[in-house]
Amino acid sequence: MNNPPDVTQDPKEYEEYAHGIRKHVRGYLMVGAILLTFTAVTVALSYVNFGTQKANIGIAMLVAMIKAGCVAAVFMHLAAEKRLIYRVLIFTGLFVLALFWLTFLAWYNPVVR
Amino acid sequence: MEIPYTISTRPDTGLWNAKVGIWLFLASEVMLFGGLFSAYVFLRLDAQPGEWPHGLLNVPVGTMNTAILIMSSVTVVLAWAALKMRRYRTYWWYMLATIMCGIIFLFVKLYYEWPQKFEHYGIFLKPAALEKYEQYLGNNRRTEKGMEPRIEISGHLHNPEALKDSNIKEYEIGLDPVYVDPNNPANDRPHFLYVPPTDHVATIEKEDVARVDSFGPWHSAYFASYFTITGLHGAHVLGGVLVFIYMWLPVSRKVYQRNPEHLANRVEVCGLFWHFVDLVWIFVFPLFYLL
Repeated sequence: MNNPPDVTQDPKEYEEYAHGIRKHVRGYLMVGAILLTFTAVTVALSYVNFGTQKANIGIAMLVAMIKAGCVAAVFMHLAAEKRLIYRVLIFTGLFVLALFWLTFLAWYNPVVR
Repeated sequence: MEIPYTISTRPDTGLWNAKVGIWLFLASEVMLFGGLFSAYVFLRLDAQPGEWPHGLLNVPVGTMNTAILIMSSVTVVLAWAALKMRRYRTYWWYMLATIMCGIIFLFVKLYYEWPQKFEHYGIFLKPAALEKYEQYLGNNRRTEKGMEPRIEISGHLHNPEALKDSNIKEYEIGLDPVYVDPNNPANDRPHFLYVPPTDHVATIEKEDVARVDSFGPWHSAYFASYFTITGLHGAHVLGGVLVFIYMWLPVSRKVYQRNPEHLANRVEVCGLFWHFVDLVWIFVFPLFYLL
């Protein structure tokens, strides 16, 4: 979903612009409903035994990532953002992965284990 | 002197400055919460059998708070859209709804969820004493089924004075339902609805006890992570609510009258922060409440 365009100063074009925004509003409401539904799905799935605890965690995280993707793409307008923002986020993602990796290094620390 | 590029876009970035600023800030926030989640994963994977508790939080209340945060994310984006359509009154109402959602979220957390934890106690038994309290633990069946053993008996402590008085030789605890019927398969998984401690009182001798703690951050790595992450998240919610209140006060009308696009941009950056807060909670909720 694209960002709504900036409001026009031309009154003739305003009606068309307002119509465009209204379309986005419908999208926001729809995504809100999807997020609430997925919250109920997350709760329901947590009471289903998928064999192992790891499987349950994996499925719950998958649903959480879908929800987070909806919030980021639509509410935070990342579906159509400027290149600079994407660049910042790519680096952020890499640094977070490195952070997780550093923590996991402690797993092999003979003092701790 | 007027601050440049608050409304118009900078030619080199293609963005107005506050938007670049908020995304850089959010990037640092990702690192902050990322570090804590990383610690959570590490602590959980490293927990000894029976040491990572399950089902201690109130799922319906957590679900309700999740729904409230999602609804507030919708109302804040609708408030922004209302400004883009030049409908200040509609914006004002949506902003009020967002503020109310944030306040309800914090109220539930600070006046219901957290205080309850400090009045609930867990008694950790010494490994040698586990067999003695088998009637409450049901570990023989759990071992047969390949499940983690129970090493703690929790509930409402009837004689809290025993915590300090060394002359009292035993604890009397009103058991949580799971310890009343530990071999019931229905108790293998956490219940959806919160069930308070029962009237069934167990007597546990102090010499059998490794330690006794309320469900505060000192109870376990689980509660330490829970209070740290939900506390930091709560501080973010509070910060967001305070900024939204400022945006909702009459001062916002003055900004709107001067240049409506300026207010819309301000609401957009605050909204981005709020969505991030919502996004963090989307992961916090299943990790702490459900799994």
